[in-house]
Amino acid sequence: MKNSKYWKIVIIFFILNFAFLFLNFNAVSALNVKRTVLQNGLIVLHSEEHSLPIVMVTLLVKVSQLNEPKDKAGLANLTAELLLEGTKHRKSTDISEEIDFLGASLDTSTSRDYTTISLSVLKKDISKGFELFSDILLNPVFPQMEIERKKEHLKGSLRQSEENPSFIAERAFRKEVFGEHPYGRLMEGSAETIDNIRREDLVRFYSDYFRPNNSILSIVGDLTEEELNAFIKGYLDDWEKANLPPRSSNGLDEKKTKKVVKIDKDLTQANILLGHVGISRDNPDYYAVSIMNYIFGGGGFSSRLMHSVRDEMGLAYDVDSSFSLNKEKGLFQVEVQTKNESAELVISEILKQTERIRKEHVSDEELSDAKSYLTGSFMRRLDTDRKIADFLAFVEFYNLGLDYIEKYPRYINSVTKEDVLRVAKKYLDSENYVLVIVANQKKAALKL
Amino acid sequence: MKQSRIILIYLLIIIPTTLYAADIKEHRLDNGLKVLIVENHKAPVATFQVWYRTGSRDEPAGKSGLSHLLEHMMFKGTPRYGPSVFSKIIQKYGGTDNAYTTKDYTVYFELFSSDRIMLSIDLEADRMENLTFDPKEVLSERSVVMEERRLRYEDDPQNSLFEEVEAAAYKAHPYQRPVIGWMPDLKSIERDDLYNYYKALYSPNNAVIVIVGDVKTDQILERIKSSFGNILPGSLKKNTNFSEPEQKGERRILLKREAELPYLLVAYHAPSFPHEDSYALDVLSLILSGGKSSRLFTSLVYEKKIALDVDTDYDGFNRDSYLFFLDATASPGKDIKDVENALYAEIEKIKKEPPSEKETQKAKNQIEASFIMEQDSIYSEAMKFGIFEMLGDWRLIDRYLEGIKKVTPEDVVKVAKKYLEEDNRTVGILIPTKNKN
Repeated sequence: MKNSKYWKIVIIFFILNFAFLFLNFNAVSALNVKRTVLQNGLIVLHSEEHSLPIVMVTLLVKVSQLNEPKDKAGLANLTAELLLEGTKHRKSTDISEEIDFLGASLDTSTSRDYTTISLSVLKKDISKGFELFSDILLNPVFPQMEIERKKEHLKGSLRQSEENPSFIAERAFRKEVFGEHPYGRLMEGSAETIDNIRREDLVRFYSDYFRPNNSILSIVGDLTEEELNAFIKGYLDDWEKANLPPRSSNGLDEKKTKKVVKIDKDLTQANILLGHVGISRDNPDYYAVSIMNYIFGGGGFSSRLMHSVRDEMGLAYDVDSSFSLNKEKGLFQVEVQTKNESAELVISEILKQTERIRKEHVSDEELSDAKSYLTGSFMRRLDTDRKIADFLAFVEFYNLGLDYIEKYPRYINSVTKEDVLRVAKKYLDSENYVLVIVANQKKAALKL
Repeated sequence: MKQSRIILIYLLIIIPTTLYAADIKEHRLDNGLKVLIVENHKAPVATFQVWYRTGSRDEPAGKSGLSHLLEHMMFKGTPRYGPSVFSKIIQKYGGTDNAYTTKDYTVYFELFSSDRIMLSIDLEADRMENLTFDPKEVLSERSVVMEERRLRYEDDPQNSLFEEVEAAAYKAHPYQRPVIGWMPDLKSIERDDLYNYYKALYSPNNAVIVIVGDVKTDQILERIKSSFGNILPGSLKKNTNFSEPEQKGERRILLKREAELPYLLVAYHAPSFPHEDSYALDVLSLILSGGKSSRLFTSLVYEKKIALDVDTDYDGFNRDSYLFFLDATASPGKDIKDVENALYAEIEKIKKEPPSEKETQKAKNQIEASFIMEQDSIYSEAMKFGIFEMLGDWRLIDRYLEGIKKVTPEDVVKVAKKYLEEDNRTVGILIPTKNKN
């Protein structure tokens, strides 16, 4: 399939790659958003933006690996993928042919907490775009042949991922940190659990969760309210609501022990992941944690880890710490790659920096720089209709409120040095952590 | 002031109902620095980009990776701002910055809330002429780049094969070198290599500034004149023209590495834009691999299931002729030879029978839609103007889209026959040697 793979990996060399990634969200000062709730429970968010003849649609369905049984891990992912592989009116090949002909894109994806269906389409093709979008949402038929094809393909892709050291490291890391909790598994599942999934599982999963009262529709772009209403009337009014299955709890057993996992591969670099369970998105300490993490290792060239490991020691191209923000407690991790022989030195530097931020107040300058980045970049980072559409759905899903844009700077600015120290002590652990090292173990010669 | 009639026209052709048009203002300072400004007031943001007309093709022999290492050094400070604070300053004001190096050019950019964009001007002007080359910092950054090379190439079998194929496809032209540089070359780069290259090529008459966003042209231009206006032009050497002798027979590369699945990469020499065949090559590339309905995906992945993925890559936006790539990863248990044969079978098919009008139109629709969608981002919009400017003139965008519109099914057959032929290709195969432990 056409993508700009070589363009990205070969011709272009970014000096670092965190730039657009850290912290999961963005905002623009004055987004004019209209929120409505339909009779069937679907939440609709709409922002008109007529400067370009394009329309961006995101449908977020509140279903993910959190809802799937352990022995059928990958069910949420496979369900989402199969929406595009056949409906009552179209075969798989018809769907891709029609979308490709418009130069549009219609994709599904799953995250740890939810599933999305995204449509990007030119205004002139909006009727056709909406028709295809609603067809895959409302009428999927999960053909047996397509299920088999997709399962084989997924298993093949998993096999290929074994070539990627950071994939191997992350898989081992999640498993150690989360144990039996769903976040400890790959979203794709494993070859074994994929094989356990039957057609009736997919049909039931779809019918249980893909419901208007379990979904958020976000539309941004060159579309008037009238046009939106016509779309809803034409396609989504008849989407039937239903009671959702009861949510079983995913107990998380937080182990307080140190665990080191060494995986041997013939590599020139050690791929290192160090961390433990982090916080959930609704933790009130989220804002203090954002600042603390920015200073510690999330703030690119402004972070302490980048300054010491890259700028001073010259031992890595990138080093980064992050808290993944999920409905339930997510990961805290530091990730770095360095030549095998430097692995031990880099690990001890990470631990040293962890100790430091847990013991000493950050400086006034660090605090104010972090605040001015986080608040100052907030507007700037929401600069496309696609990002705004996704952001609105995200804000609704995590109950942040549509005035989140105004509230965010206040939350950030109210954080003190004491808060930063308190959350570093509370949420970083320099003694009990999981450490995964995928490396040429002989060359790395770790004494850990 | 020059109006962008051309942009207006092409958008009107594509979608007759839209009134959107970018309005480009073009200026040249006395020292030769060219400035392109596009006001776009959709959101209170702006991007500032400096494009230098130099990349890995301009490096001296034995010093591959020099352009890219210099790009890293550009963040290591000047006497005025001190070491390694460039990005910190940008971030402190809520911005983000980055840079990248290609074979032909090197780009530095910032993205800011529009009220802070003036900061870019001062910082970029300063590092255009006052870069510090502390020998200690050079050593440290060189080892950072070696780590980058290990990360992206040494430990990535498919990317390693890419380097091998590219190097084998060229025997004379400097496109044979990887932008990141070969490891022994990197080790040999010294402070003075960087300094001399910087002094020779980083000058206002070898650079273009591109600004897109919520800015006022007159205001920003005044500031650019006062910051960049006093930088002296460099005495640029006349550009060397490189060319590659015609390839007279297939070249084959085998790479044995610890990996999971066999992988195939085929590269054909092909001309770059604005060569008259470049438009049909673009359309051909999309017919072969543009989306899940494309020929290669349908045949190799969907129907035969012999490949996990298949792709083509033809990027005609290079200064000299480059390569038309096809690549595929074998599905588990499948023979890479069958994958290769299936690829060639699809190529032979299109040589024998023209694609339908509808299939050709689909490819054109994809190109046109992506041009419009990309304007959603001020960064992508600025990139587009920069890329065409590096090829000679941003106005070439118009020629490109016009050229695409004119492509016929017969043109596609013609370029497939002319370029996708056996004697013109370099074939690379990754053979996994799995360490079963």
